[in-house]
Amino acid sequence: MSTQQRNRPEAVPTADEPRPEQHRRGVRARPKNKDNLAALGFLGPWLLGLFLITAGPLAASLYFSFTDYNLIGEHDWVGVENYTRMLGDTRLHSALWVTFVYVFVSVPLQLAAALALAMLLDRGLRGLAFYRSVYYLPSLLGGSVAVAILWRQIFGEDGLINQVLAFVGIQGEGWVSHPDYALGTLIVLNVWTFGAPMVIFLAGLRQIPAMYYEAAAVDGAGPVHRFRHITVPMLTPIIFFNLVLQLINAFQTFTQAFIVSGGTGGPSDSTLFYTLYLYQRGFGAFDMGYASAMAWLLLLIIGGFTAVNFLASKYWVHYEN
Amino acid sequence: MRTETTRPRTPEKRAANRPPRRYLTHAGLIVFGLIMLYPLLWMVSSSFKPTDEIFRDPGLIPSNFTPENYTEGWTALDRPFHHYMWNSAVVVLGSIVGNLIGCSMAAYAFARLEFFGKKLFFALMLGTIMLPIHVLIVPQYIMFSQLDWINTFYPLIVPKLLATDAFFIFLMVQFIRGLPKDLDEAARIDGCGHVRIFCRIILPLSLPALATTTIFTFIWTWNDFFSQLIFLTDPDMYTVPVALRTFIDVTSATSWGPLFALSAVALGPVFGFFLAGQRYLVKGIATTGIK
Repeated sequence: MSTQQRNRPEAVPTADEPRPEQHRRGVRARPKNKDNLAALGFLGPWLLGLFLITAGPLAASLYFSFTDYNLIGEHDWVGVENYTRMLGDTRLHSALWVTFVYVFVSVPLQLAAALALAMLLDRGLRGLAFYRSVYYLPSLLGGSVAVAILWRQIFGEDGLINQVLAFVGIQGEGWVSHPDYALGTLIVLNVWTFGAPMVIFLAGLRQIPAMYYEAAAVDGAGPVHRFRHITVPMLTPIIFFNLVLQLINAFQTFTQAFIVSGGTGGPSDSTLFYTLYLYQRGFGAFDMGYASAMAWLLLLIIGGFTAVNFLASKYWVHYEN
Repeated sequence: MRTETTRPRTPEKRAANRPPRRYLTHAGLIVFGLIMLYPLLWMVSSSFKPTDEIFRDPGLIPSNFTPENYTEGWTALDRPFHHYMWNSAVVVLGSIVGNLIGCSMAAYAFARLEFFGKKLFFALMLGTIMLPIHVLIVPQYIMFSQLDWINTFYPLIVPKLLATDAFFIFLMVQFIRGLPKDLDEAARIDGCGHVRIFCRIILPLSLPALATTTIFTFIWTWNDFFSQLIFLTDPDMYTVPVALRTFIDVTSATSWGPLFALSAVALGPVFGFFLAGQRYLVKGIATTGIK
């Protein structure tokens, strides 16, 4: 199975998913539902989890989003009031703005870095496994509180960055405490974790048949040409896969903003990520109804962008065969 | 991975491999790697510097080497730091066991059994991978507080046992589908039931997938902040990330030394698992694209 096939948008419900193995083999047509009882046993825990931990809470949060609920009192039905309140909530608007800027700046940069490094590493160099590990490590650590603490120091007024800048005579700002730059430091943090998509790109590059490049070289195609007409088209399924995944991840960023801003989303709400504001409403102010409405808006936003991605993919993603 | 031995495929790639260019590429990659890792290296080295030196010295060699940050940080909170590490370890261990059991069972059903509504359930399972935790957290909090589970580790572990980390189901389904079916069928003919096929054939053959699940569950749970912040509010129950966060709040900016020391300690286990399990990590992300 090639990576292209494996990385097909399987992560989304596709109709042909559970492969009808028998049809292809055409040997013995097994009775269709013969394992019902065994399946119930094996799926038991998952079904319980689906209803109690996932679907139930999902429905409940939709219900709460139409109520006024502060955890202690009753939940009173208020209709769409929570949603109309959103229209006038300027902090929500700035949270949306901050999150969109973060997502749409950091994800393309991250993927570009990932692709560039993957191509550089895919040249048959010695020590590839070593470089891959070095570049991948930040992806594993990037979401932790410890790294967010580190970021707060290195982009602080007396931090590492300004110490280095001082060598070349530049007096730097306190980057994390300046409203114009604080979000930038978090974008840098996300780009820094390009290792995970890079590893996926590397696996994809290795699937491109060498003969395409050889044929193109014979025809006299230069490196730019080959990149545009072989590498990129052949990689589109992987680019698409990485894009969908990283967008979904980026929309949910919380830890970094929480730690760097000390939980406030400051300075001047410049790092007030959507999830951080949701946390403040729900678990700071115990405004559970409003927080639920916000959660559903987030779900719609993420779902919407993912759907648009899938629709648009018809026009630029090429699948073999 | 046979990457090292593959032959370069384009003129550029061959050119890149000729000595002068090759050394240049390696030099570039090493310098870039150093820049990437410099913040981490600097943090570890700074954790051995007195705090005032952290603000003056961007270098990697402490001029006044001192382990004091570690001893000071270890006892700076209500409980010694190993108390929080223990809490984290319990949560992580419970999550690993939970994911291994819950997800492998579900994966076996999806990969090998024929049952009513399989397509629908499979689609639902994939759908839950994309579901942001934020949509579920408020009702989950209410539910767990009614069960009196807030400030226990149950809200963090029980969902794993119920296979809510669908990512790992997906990973294992992919893996089990790649195993030859002849083995199960031979076992069936010999009179084995599903339980025995699962325990005796599928699980032992799925060790690589189980290893990948273990490593990712470890790293994600160890680093997880959002749900631990919400479900654990009693300082006695704090895990490492939540304890670190409190440390920033209770101390002023003057204690960067101890803060770095504890951060380095917090990252240590992840780094260890990364070194030990690289093979599975790379395979795991290349298969499913998980982070």
